[in-house]
Amino acid sequence: MIRCDRNVPVGSSKSGTPVVALRGVGKSFANDVVALERLDLDVWSGEFVSLLGPSGCGKSTALRIIAGLSEPTRGKVEWVEAQGAYAAGARRIGFVFQEPTLMPWATVAANVRLPLKLAGLAADAPARVDAALARVGLSGFAQSYPRELSGGMKMRASIARALVTETNLLLMDEPFAALDEITRFRLNNDLLGLWESLGKTVVFVTHSVFESVYLSQRIVVMTRRPGRVFTELSIDAPHPRDERFRTSADYAGYCRRVSEALACASAGTDEAPTGS
Amino acid sequence: MGEGRAKDEISPVADRVLRVLLPIAMLALGVALWELVVRVGGIPPYVLPSPWLVFSTLVSDRALLSASLLVTLTTTLQGFLLAAVGGVGLAVLFNQSRLIEYSLYPYAVILQVTPIVAIAPLLLIYLPQQAAVLACAWIVAFFPVLANTTLGLNSVDHNLVDLFRLYGATRRQVLFDLKLPAAQPYILGGLKIAGGLSLIGAVVAEIAAGSAGAGSGLAYRIVESGYRLNIPRMFAALLLLSLAGILIFFALSVLSHLMLRRWHESAIVREV
Ligand SMILES: Nc1ncnc2c1ncn2[C@@H]1O[C@H](COP(=O)(O)OP(=O)(O)OP(=O)(O)O)[C@@H](O)[C@H]1O
Ligand SMILES: [Mg+2]
Repeated sequence: MIRCDRNVPVGSSKSGTPVVALRGVGKSFANDVVALERLDLDVWSGEFVSLLGPSGCGKSTALRIIAGLSEPTRGKVEWVEAQGAYAAGARRIGFVFQEPTLMPWATVAANVRLPLKLAGLAADAPARVDAALARVGLSGFAQSYPRELSGGMKMRASIARALVTETNLLLMDEPFAALDEITRFRLNNDLLGLWESLGKTVVFVTHSVFESVYLSQRIVVMTRRPGRVFTELSIDAPHPRDERFRTSADYAGYCRRVSEALACASAGTDEAPTGS
Repeated sequence: MGEGRAKDEISPVADRVLRVLLPIAMLALGVALWELVVRVGGIPPYVLPSPWLVFSTLVSDRALLSASLLVTLTTTLQGFLLAAVGGVGLAVLFNQSRLIEYSLYPYAVILQVTPIVAIAPLLLIYLPQQAAVLACAWIVAFFPVLANTTLGLNSVDHNLVDLFRLYGATRRQVLFDLKLPAAQPYILGGLKIAGGLSLIGAVVAEIAAGSAGAGSGLAYRIVESGYRLNIPRMFAALLLLSLAGILIFFALSVLSHLMLRRWHESAIVREV
């Protein structure tokens, strides 16, 4: 029997200032669907944080609100370090949508080149596009059109597009959900390597407990709709992580704890008895 | 183009051959029947000319008819180009500014729903003949381009719009790198309709102008031959008009296929 504990030391394990903070954010749509309610979330500079929650709980919505693609109906989004790299104009946000979102009329290479083109960075574009495609294993498909790719390959192209520019905040919405395990593991490692070497801040949405534990420093578990933070768990295993971590007892322990939290959150026992 | 395949179970090669052969066989059958009826029934040429007579008129009047064909084709082509530029241009303008759209769109619709046959005589009064004919071709042809392009510009994948916004795209980049490419299939669909309509517009205007006697296009030839009871030449001119229509349709289909064949569902041959 799972005991649903909700000891939430929100953000207390962190020092410094968050990059961006959602304060009591609520979002309801015109069709009266309340997607988010009183969501509080801090994203700390340089961290890798995962949003984990049942389908339809508002993870994508929350990510879109952080990106500024959608306005909260209640509460606010605070960019704490609103100068320098995170000033309103200079903020470089990379976004991987839940769908591949490729331009069907353009080749894979042209799709990946898009952020460079829009930023007017044509100079070293071919080299960077090649590198990004190589990173996701699509080198041979640069001149293919999206419809000639499989679902997972389209998603990888979409990830390559997010990696082609320098971003300081990378928002990823279940980017690896459509991939096979081998590719997913490889891209997990690549993403971790990238994060470790470049010090990007990553907000990663997933519905996979195992993936979130492997990747994250911190996992935010959300309740079912209307979404809010159910609990937060920090995964203190040191980086760099590799296959040894994936097979360790620590990993299994973390996975069990996160699974339990997710089960409680999904059960709708938001204010569950704490077992006492 | 491959929707026929699911209907009957035939091999692709046979399918392609049949696609070409069957219409030709139908044509040959129809023409033979026509010839037979005229000969056996002894129908005089001023009532119904035989296909052979129509064909020989086509050859003997070729100087006159080809000059007329050129006139009509020129008008049609000019009207079509104006409609394409005007339709796409207006749609882009409407897309960029709601105020302009609200102000002008109703009039575009009114222009479209008022029958061109009724507008043509008025245009002929106020405009020089050539301009009036061109205006007619334009009025009938521009609306499908406008309507389709508008639909296309508004049908862009919303996530792609968000993506462009996120990467700080300018309005110009959104228009040229996102909206117009996404609208391509719609624009080409509009152009396909406009091609046929601009021919109709040109013909209507020529016929309306016909009694004024200054025209020399194919439609004018039909009216003129009608007055002179030169029925074979009427048929010959009609045949040319119809061929012109087919030619325009084919040219636009080929253009559409070439532009969409790599990426759009309508143009790709599915490999199953
Ligand atoms: N544009 C919209 N209009 C109306 N309702 C919406 C819209 N977008 C999302 N919703 C609703 O908001 C809720 C949350 O959606 P969201 O896409 O954020 O869920 P999610 O957590 O990402 O789910 P999943 O894991 O399945 O992707 C859903 O119930 C959905 O029906
Ligand atoms: Mg989602």
